Amino acid sequence: MSLLEVKDLKTYFTTSKGKTKAVDGVSFSLDYGQCLGLVGESGCGKTTTALSICQLLPKEGKVEDGQILLEGVDYASMTETEIMKHRWADVSIIFQGAMNAFNPVKKVGWQIAEACMHHQNLTKEQAWERAGDLFEMVGIARERVSQYPHEFSGGMKQRAMIAMALACSPKLIIGDEPTTALDVMIQAQILELLEKLRKELNMGMILITHDLSILSETCDKIAVMYAGKIAELGTVDDIFNHPVHPYTKRLLACFPNINSEERVIPDGIPGYPPNLIDPPEGCRFCPRCAESMELCGSEEPEFLQVGPEHFVSCHLCKEGGEQNG
Amino acid sequence: MAEKMLEVKDLKVYYEIKKGLAQTFFGKPQVLRAVDGVSFHIDRGEILSLVGESGSGKTTTGKAILQLAPASGGSILFDGEEIAGKKDLSEFRKKAQMIYQDPYQSLNPRQYISDIVGEPLDVNGLVTTQEERNERIREALESAGLTPADDYLYRRPFELSGGQRQRAAIAGSLIMKPEFVVADEPVSMLDASIRTGIVKMMLEQRDKKGVAYLFITHDLSLAWLISDRIAIMYLGKIMEIGTAHEIIKNPKHPYTQALLDIMPVPGKVLTEKRRILEGETPNAGTEVRGCKFCGRCPVAMEICGQVEPENKEVSPGHFVMCHKYTAGAE
Repeated sequence: MSLLEVKDLKTYFTTSKGKTKAVDGVSFSLDYGQCLGLVGESGCGKTTTALSICQLLPKEGKVEDGQILLEGVDYASMTETEIMKHRWADVSIIFQGAMNAFNPVKKVGWQIAEACMHHQNLTKEQAWERAGDLFEMVGIARERVSQYPHEFSGGMKQRAMIAMALACSPKLIIGDEPTTALDVMIQAQILELLEKLRKELNMGMILITHDLSILSETCDKIAVMYAGKIAELGTVDDIFNHPVHPYTKRLLACFPNINSEERVIPDGIPGYPPNLIDPPEGCRFCPRCAESMELCGSEEPEFLQVGPEHFVSCHLCKEGGEQNG
Repeated sequence: MAEKMLEVKDLKVYYEIKKGLAQTFFGKPQVLRAVDGVSFHIDRGEILSLVGESGSGKTTTGKAILQLAPASGGSILFDGEEIAGKKDLSEFRKKAQMIYQDPYQSLNPRQYISDIVGEPLDVNGLVTTQEERNERIREALESAGLTPADDYLYRRPFELSGGQRQRAAIAGSLIMKPEFVVADEPVSMLDASIRTGIVKMMLEQRDKKGVAYLFITHDLSLAWLISDRIAIMYLGKIMEIGTAHEIIKNPKHPYTQALLDIMPVPGKVLTEKRRILEGETPNAGTEVRGCKFCGRCPVAMEICGQVEPENKEVSPGHFVMCHKYTAGAE
């Protein structure tokens, strides 16, 4: 049985202008010890997917349909009190702005110990001890548990965030742009740390990012999201070396290759992602797609399997598959 | 022969950090060396990228050149004229502009785009009639890629996407027809898919109007893509400077090499362990003897901790500040 199975997840936000279909039919699965990269432009629903899994959506957001099965338990249908038992203990999240995620007037160690006391019924002393252990695990000196967030550098705050996420030994850890605000050198340190911990603790991990370049180093599988849907899902090799969806191809082409001899400025993708209150009919990428056909504007493509672990949602792969034989 | 437009010599920006009242009166204040002796030049129509980690002093350098941060020492020659400490900067301000990093914060949310873009005209009293003003604004918006300009004149920032906002911010600096622009991470807040459009537009300005850029970024691959030359900064000093090709394909300084080593490249699967530098960039307030990079340098020698290395020209136009390349040090 896989660790996490998300089936046809639909999360909508109620706004004054109508329902924003932030996540609209997303399905994927994840095994123990595996890492899935979730990539896409801003506003494509990456973070909403993550928040739906933890049931941490703001009050305007609601999982309208679909299942989120973590070890066979459906999180989507749970009440708040039920989910509280699972949050931290089974699934935890590392938030994007490490700089602002800590309470500035409480000791960092205490903010971690608090979670341990709640979920693992530890005494205060045990919880502090645990916080110290976690600090060592992520490479911060044990003594620093009694310091305040402002005494930490950005990279250290991010490490402390990771320590916090690990507090109750979760089975699934979600990193929401865990390295976006950090320097390249610190980014490499954090990615290395996450990788090490994932292997040691056999955790499943979802890594959310808009930066494709860090995914090939860290992930096993990649899901490319566009406008609330998964455009393409596959192994790192599938996505980087054999992309099928025009969006994946265009997105890949946006990143300059520093190893090439020629300096070519990539084309980028013309236009902007669609408004998700009233998404375009048919394929959502159709208005920006250079290879779109008549069919694309009217009919939504199916999520087709094109390889052992490779799925694509595009009319081209149906047609193209026949042409390419 | 390229014409030197801007020449920065030994630029220094120091800040005093005062801790507590007693120290204010009796103690010696701690000095934060944000920029600690930086020299470079930019030719007309040239793009120089300033690359470094946060806290390396890249933004402060850019601001000091535009006299937006107080320079503590050194000289800034623009078209042969000393700018540092000059009283009347109005002529200089017309020629040199800045683009800020965050288009979500740099635009006044209550103003119309036309007022944001047109403000420099009003401040400098460059236009007399409303028609002339609108014409200049339209021209600036269109050269920044916001076409048709009429659609944007009476919109407010919240009605625009991140990419459009940054284009509007750029239009605001282009309206003065500047000769020199300091672009402080102009695309780092934007998605990769719209980044290149903005970069291309900036390059177009260079090609058509000969605008020179000091392009501040932390992204080496972007720097390589667009710039003529690259300068690598660390703790307020330029560690290495040279043509973009030289710096990326033939890096000499251990810091540059380390940065290039850990650059994530799309599609590259790691075959060996990442060669990560230990620790973090020290605070610019701490005093470092010798080479500033010494404490984290994987190939540091004894001399590195004692003597500051000279700026050595290893090949024409390629300068490295490292003892490895100074004569006699082996």
